[in-house]
Amino acid sequence: MQFFGGSSLTSVAPEASPAPAAPPGTGTGANAQVIYVFNRNGVCLLYREWHRPLRTLARNQDQKLMFGLLFSLRSFTAKIDPTSTEHGNLGAPLLPGQGCSFHSFKTNTYKLNYMESPSGIKLILLTHPRTGDQRDALKQIYSLYVEYVVKNPLYAPGSPIKCDLFNKHLDQYVKTLI
Amino acid sequence: MPPLTPPKSGDALFSSVERVNAELFTLTYGAIVRQLLTDLEEVEEVNKQLDQMGYNIGTRLVDEFLAKSNVSRCVDFKETADTIAKLGFKMFLGVTATVTNWDAEGTTCSFVLEDNPLVDFVELPDTCQGLQYCNVLSGVIRGALEMVSMKTEVTWVRDMLRGDDAYEMRVKLTKQVPEEYPYKDDD
Repeated sequence: MQFFGGSSLTSVAPEASPAPAAPPGTGTGANAQVIYVFNRNGVCLLYREWHRPLRTLARNQDQKLMFGLLFSLRSFTAKIDPTSTEHGNLGAPLLPGQGCSFHSFKTNTYKLNYMESPSGIKLILLTHPRTGDQRDALKQIYSLYVEYVVKNPLYAPGSPIKCDLFNKHLDQYVKTLI
Repeated sequence: MPPLTPPKSGDALFSSVERVNAELFTLTYGAIVRQLLTDLEEVEEVNKQLDQMGYNIGTRLVDEFLAKSNVSRCVDFKETADTIAKLGFKMFLGVTATVTNWDAEGTTCSFVLEDNPLVDFVELPDTCQGLQYCNVLSGVIRGALEMVSMKTEVTWVRDMLRGDDAYEMRVKLTKQVPEEYPYKDDD
């Protein structure tokens, strides 16, 4: 996990369980597997998958679980920050941008990249565990969201995204991710 | 560790965004106000409507601002006010505001605009003296700040259209709303 303040730690996958085979098309990009976009109210604005072999939950359960995970993890990372001087309880409500957050976590089979904007938009991108830092990529996706969703007058803020133009540009962009 | 990319300066921001002719913008805004005056007849109603329109703009505009400016933290209201004055106004209107008149608690401040592109070519006729011509701006600020969890009240205290020497907007932070877990335990 990497933190905003202090040194960055990278979890090391146990040697015994080798990284999975690269997803189809990794050599040519197409590294992104799943993307979630949430707003601050936990509404899943966007869910899109390019490569996800295993599905165990109903879609809305899956999304809710993901949001809960992020929410707790964010609260947790803020609380164990050694440089923080605030001593609220774990799970105490946080203002946007307050305390440190995390950028990604990695298991031996995937990496979850995370970005949160001060306006509460949360972007989650699952990739192959060997992918590098995706913060710039997430920022780029956020710009796409601004350009093709926020600026679309037909889009009602807070509702799921149904903009073909956005999906098209998103697909195009994630293909370029290595 | 410094942020990945530091926030851009106001000038850098201004030159990086797509721009339109300021006169086109000013005149379009003027046409909107005109139309509202015709439609609603009451000056008070027009003020309200402009504020509401600004609010709707602000709630969207904040994302564009955040995406382009690389600003990442907005916890402190002082910092936020500075960011709006130096970066926000510059990026969207091409002008810089000054932040003054802080109260002791640091929750109320004023944005002072010497130069306001919205009011070029405007004179308030006698029949519209109660009109807050630039009310859309206060709505934008209120909407944008609400999206970063700051509830504010914005009022105009000086207005060059009414003979003052500058534009002054008073912004009062009423509440900072922390993010809460949105789901009930068992649904």
